[in-house]
Amino acid sequence: MADNLNSLFSASAGHWLGFIITALIHIFLLINVVAVGALLFIWMERKVSGRIQDRLGPTRVGGRFGWLQTLADGLKLITKEDLIPGAADSLLFRMAPYLSFAASFTAFLALPFAAGWVGREINTSVFFILAILGLEVFGVILAGYASGSKWSLFGGMREAAQVVSYEVPLGLCVIIPVMICGTMNLVTIGEMQRGTVNNWLIFHDPFTFFAFWVYFTCAMASVNRAPFDLAEAESELVAGFHTEYSGLRWSIFFMAEYGSMFVVSALAVILFFGGWNGPIPIFAGLAYEAGETAFSWGGYFANLAGCLNFLLKTVIGVTVMMWVRWTLPRLRIDQVITMCWKYCVPISAACFVGVLVWQTLALPTAADLDRITIRENWVLVAFEEPEVNNPADPEVETTVPETNEAESGEAAESASAVESSTTQPVANVAEDGQVAIEAKRQSGGRQ
Amino acid sequence: MATQVDDKIVEFDVRTDEMLVNMGPQHPSTHGVLRLVLRTDGEIVSEVTPHIGYLHRCAEKIGENVTPRQWIPYTDRMDYLAAMNMNLGWAMCVEKLLDHQLSEKAKHLRVIISELGRIASHLVGMGTYGLDLGTFSPFLYAFREREKILDLFEDVCGARLTYSYITPGGCTADLPDGWLENCEQFLQQLEPVISEYHTLLTTNAIFIKRTCGIGLLTPEMALDYGCTGPVLRGSGVDYDLRRDGEERYTEMYDGYAFEVIVQKDGNYPRDHDYPSVPVDAVLGDCWHRFYVRMLEVMQAIDLVRQAMDRYRSAEGDWGIPIKLTQKLPKGEVYLETEAPKGQMGFYLVSDGSPIPWRVRARSSSFSNLSVTHELCRGIPIADVPAVVGSLDVVMGEIDR
Amino acid sequence: MSLVADLKKKFGDKILAEKLDVIDPWIEVSVEGLCEVATYLKDEPSLAFDMLNCITAVDYCEPDPKKAKKVDWEPHLEVVYHLSSTTRKHTLVLKLMLPRWKNDQEGELPEVSTVSGIWSTADWHEREVYDLSGVHFVGHPNLRRILCPEDWVGYPLRKDYEMPLDYHGIRGR
Repeated sequence: MADNLNSLFSASAGHWLGFIITALIHIFLLINVVAVGALLFIWMERKVSGRIQDRLGPTRVGGRFGWLQTLADGLKLITKEDLIPGAADSLLFRMAPYLSFAASFTAFLALPFAAGWVGREINTSVFFILAILGLEVFGVILAGYASGSKWSLFGGMREAAQVVSYEVPLGLCVIIPVMICGTMNLVTIGEMQRGTVNNWLIFHDPFTFFAFWVYFTCAMASVNRAPFDLAEAESELVAGFHTEYSGLRWSIFFMAEYGSMFVVSALAVILFFGGWNGPIPIFAGLAYEAGETAFSWGGYFANLAGCLNFLLKTVIGVTVMMWVRWTLPRLRIDQVITMCWKYCVPISAACFVGVLVWQTLALPTAADLDRITIRENWVLVAFEEPEVNNPADPEVETTVPETNEAESGEAAESASAVESSTTQPVANVAEDGQVAIEAKRQSGGRQ
Repeated sequence: MATQVDDKIVEFDVRTDEMLVNMGPQHPSTHGVLRLVLRTDGEIVSEVTPHIGYLHRCAEKIGENVTPRQWIPYTDRMDYLAAMNMNLGWAMCVEKLLDHQLSEKAKHLRVIISELGRIASHLVGMGTYGLDLGTFSPFLYAFREREKILDLFEDVCGARLTYSYITPGGCTADLPDGWLENCEQFLQQLEPVISEYHTLLTTNAIFIKRTCGIGLLTPEMALDYGCTGPVLRGSGVDYDLRRDGEERYTEMYDGYAFEVIVQKDGNYPRDHDYPSVPVDAVLGDCWHRFYVRMLEVMQAIDLVRQAMDRYRSAEGDWGIPIKLTQKLPKGEVYLETEAPKGQMGFYLVSDGSPIPWRVRARSSSFSNLSVTHELCRGIPIADVPAVVGSLDVVMGEIDR
Repeated sequence: MSLVADLKKKFGDKILAEKLDVIDPWIEVSVEGLCEVATYLKDEPSLAFDMLNCITAVDYCEPDPKKAKKVDWEPHLEVVYHLSSTTRKHTLVLKLMLPRWKNDQEGELPEVSTVSGIWSTADWHEREVYDLSGVHFVGHPNLRRILCPEDWVGYPLRKDYEMPLDYHGIRGR
């Protein structure tokens, strides 16, 4: 996009103008996503919590379902007095919500909504998002410190302890998909999960399945959602770090919170739930091929569908967070930290090692099921030509993710001793998926 | 206990400054206008000083200037979550002075009403305890059921919070037609809901983590501080005025199938429907106090059923209230009844005129709260609401 | 009632009077003997008054001249202790008779030794009696006002108490 605009402006102005306009357009779009998203999520939280608690939630504002309730509240908050306590450090106090919001918002910059639909495609976007989201804690600590209130200070200290701790298991869980895919680029990670549901990384092997749940727990903790909302624990700390905030600044904290919720949920979707790829690839024919740059309506449509798919999955993730919040009591701070260091860190580390071993041994993954069902004849080929000593099976070559290759090659050496003797009995039940995987492994051994 | 918690949670390696924090009187989890001054060292509370009196309304002084029947509305406003039981306590105290005998029917009517009041009070206690621990939904579930009790009370006396229904001499009115059927219907739908509460709170893993072993109140300490009601029974002291109280009060429950809810040999009566006590729970901790309340709700349901059966077949009137300006005989009486939050006592000194010379309300929450500073020594800040909530105090009753 | 006889035998002149023909029979204890009697009542296994339910002060003031004929008391202050036992399931009422003011000088509070060392309940109850009725409990660890503000003047449950006209600019009457 920047290139197109640059060519447009190159005659009259420097290249920088094109870049700035591009950036502004991106930022405008993203800020809308964040702000409207927060509005929607707050409305949704009210409806969800209402229904959970046998209430209706908002019903009036905006005609039906009270869908404009958040906007009305926002307007009310804007009209409220901008109150800064006398004991507060005025500058830091005013800065804190914007810092939180900026961190939460910047994370959206690297978040792909569909194949190629991303503010800025960064090769290390996983790393970038985690790093930027981690900065959100500064806003909270600042708020706690600058408010001049003891309750806020408690909230800020808790947040510091909690978020810094939970970054560790969160990072470990995020590394697992990164390791499987061999890239930190979220677009590539998403694209690698193309196809049917079994390509989603959560089903890759048992360890990724566990890793997802640990990730989700840690994500809830790192964005301060109940039962980990200790920084604002209303029954203990009045309102924690935002005790002294009112009006618009207070609502900006909320925008930041819901923004971060969206980001961690979206990250979960991309890393574990196939990103914008649906469970069944309906629009696979229309989608852009990898590396295709020319515009096509089919590709655009496929991306649009992918984007909706992605949003739907993310919203489901956010809804689960709301569900948990309105169901469970709050943990105590020492229990939260214990849970992090005694349970989440070891489990995520174990998952990491487990996936590492799985990859090294090239054990079967759920993604392998693809090859069996779609290319049944491949198994038959393997059966009919047992003697053929293929240097490299071309089909395996193209479908197995890159990182798999080297490791499966290593595994092949160790397995080569038993190559031809075991292929014969397998063929008798070649229709069976389980055995077929076995057959595939044998074929790998023949390389 | 303090040292145990210290070892478990924090090892002091650096001497830090202590901080004084005011929890309340405007605080979401101090159940009204209780003010706790916490001396904290980081997250650990080293000392708690409760300050009360923010809701003092001179009820006793007013009682010296109005007749006993006129004072009934003031008893409503003591424990406003169980106003019926407050009415009952005062009414029985006055009747004791007058030596007024009630008909069987009136007694059963009072059992129905006061046990329903107990259910309503415990439901609020349960819901707000969930709130203290940071879960919002059980609070609304509890209030949903309580609303139905309030509806029943509204049918009886026209009020939803301050009933002034039970008065010296009886009650202000008989039950309306069809009320017993409505009540039975309500009890039937309440029973399964109680099991839901157990799922949401009593057996919830986080709830157990937050309440077991916290706020340990030994039986000796409980008696020493005059703790009564579920707080006392949660510590394993087998004492309930409905069984052990004065004859005037216990005869109301004569012939009822009734068992005091207290842990004996590791088991609670009536707990067969529920999962057993978690392994972490220690007799006298927050969990036990909570559980006793939950079981008392089941017991109260049972008692209301029995009372309704007896009421249907009982002889006599529903109790005609004494005259507004009835002359009181000279003398002094003290009577305690088992209110939901503990033993509610009233002391009445009469000099022979219609207006009492001295009125005194012995509040259960007052004594229950006075143990706070013992329970809250050396625990994390987060446990302070958990402990205070488990005592289930109502400030209206403490400050009077 | 054998208890009274026992107590009289044990404590002699510390048990001043008893009244058994009323609804709630009571025993009057001398101010000096209170702690001793209270400790005995709590610790004696056959009595085991492990719970102090309530402490009340009742003010019998100088009667109005018009009503003076009807009144049959001398002006005094009573402190009433309601005790009960959770194990023996019985109750007891103890009474102390105090002058309304110490040495009959208005403003000087009458003195009683505290029982908060025997029953911890007495801590708050005695504070309340001090606050509202104006009885000084000697030896109480923390005798401050409990229901009224700390700078409140007067003892509201005294019969001759008059509401102050002004409290920090708030009109009293």
